[in-house]
Amino acid sequence: MSDIKEDRVFDATGLLCPMPVVKAAKEMKTLEGGQILKLVSTDRGSLADVPAWAEDTGNQLLEHSEGNGVFTFFVKKGEG
Amino acid sequence: MLQETEAGLVSAEGQVTEEAVRRIVREEVEAAFKKDPAKNKAAIIASKGTLDWAYPPLILAATSAALGMETVVFFTFYGLNIITKDFEKKLKIGPTGNPAMPMPMPMPQLLTVMPGMVPMATSMMKSKFKKKNVATIRELIEAAQESDVRLIACQMTMDVFGYEQSDFLDGVEFGGAAMFMSEARKAHTTIFI
Repeated sequence: MSDIKEDRVFDATGLLCPMPVVKAAKEMKTLEGGQILKLVSTDRGSLADVPAWAEDTGNQLLEHSEGNGVFTFFVKKGEG
Repeated sequence: MLQETEAGLVSAEGQVTEEAVRRIVREEVEAAFKKDPAKNKAAIIASKGTLDWAYPPLILAATSAALGMETVVFFTFYGLNIITKDFEKKLKIGPTGNPAMPMPMPMPQLLTVMPGMVPMATSMMKSKFKKKNVATIRELIEAAQESDVRLIACQMTMDVFGYEQSDFLDGVEFGGAAMFMSEARKAHTTIFI
């Protein structure tokens, strides 16, 4: 379990590439800089895609974990 | 004896060392790349009009927008199918000439031309995608448009195939090769599909 406190949860369970990233990006737009999005996905591709997306968009991947085929990411929105 | 100064490593004689020059150049190149607007632009050509080939340009366009890139997709020749109002009827797939397509049973290529094979293969692919919860073409087009991806129909091939502007989805723009190339020259990412 993580002790990071998220501001928003986006459940991308069941979605396949590219939708977890496409929809997470949309969700991220509604957050303020510094706020944290918790992204939950069952798409194995997310393991590579979410870090790439976070890095390219100036957001910070704080932590990710994996269990029972579920991938959980905490992404902090960049200030820019 | 080398001293650390603001400019880098300087020898006792006041000479800037090669290492310092290399570091300055590296930092300048990195800074310039960060500011380079071309890394935030993508220009994609979609030239194919079957159901399977409709996916890659839309997936990449929606993703590139999600990665913060200004994205244009130029639809030409059969790719025009993808952004017509009745794309759902137009986008099909057939097994003829496509031995890579998975079929429910092994089938000689000669039999793939039988009547009914195209509708069968099309609904097979749609139901397989639906079962796996892959996004539909409609969802991908909507995701692209919501994130300001510009969808451009090639006017020349529209004229060849007899399309009117009113045949296309709302928000589609119209242009030619120069419009695409003008975007492409400003983009590091250019993809032909």
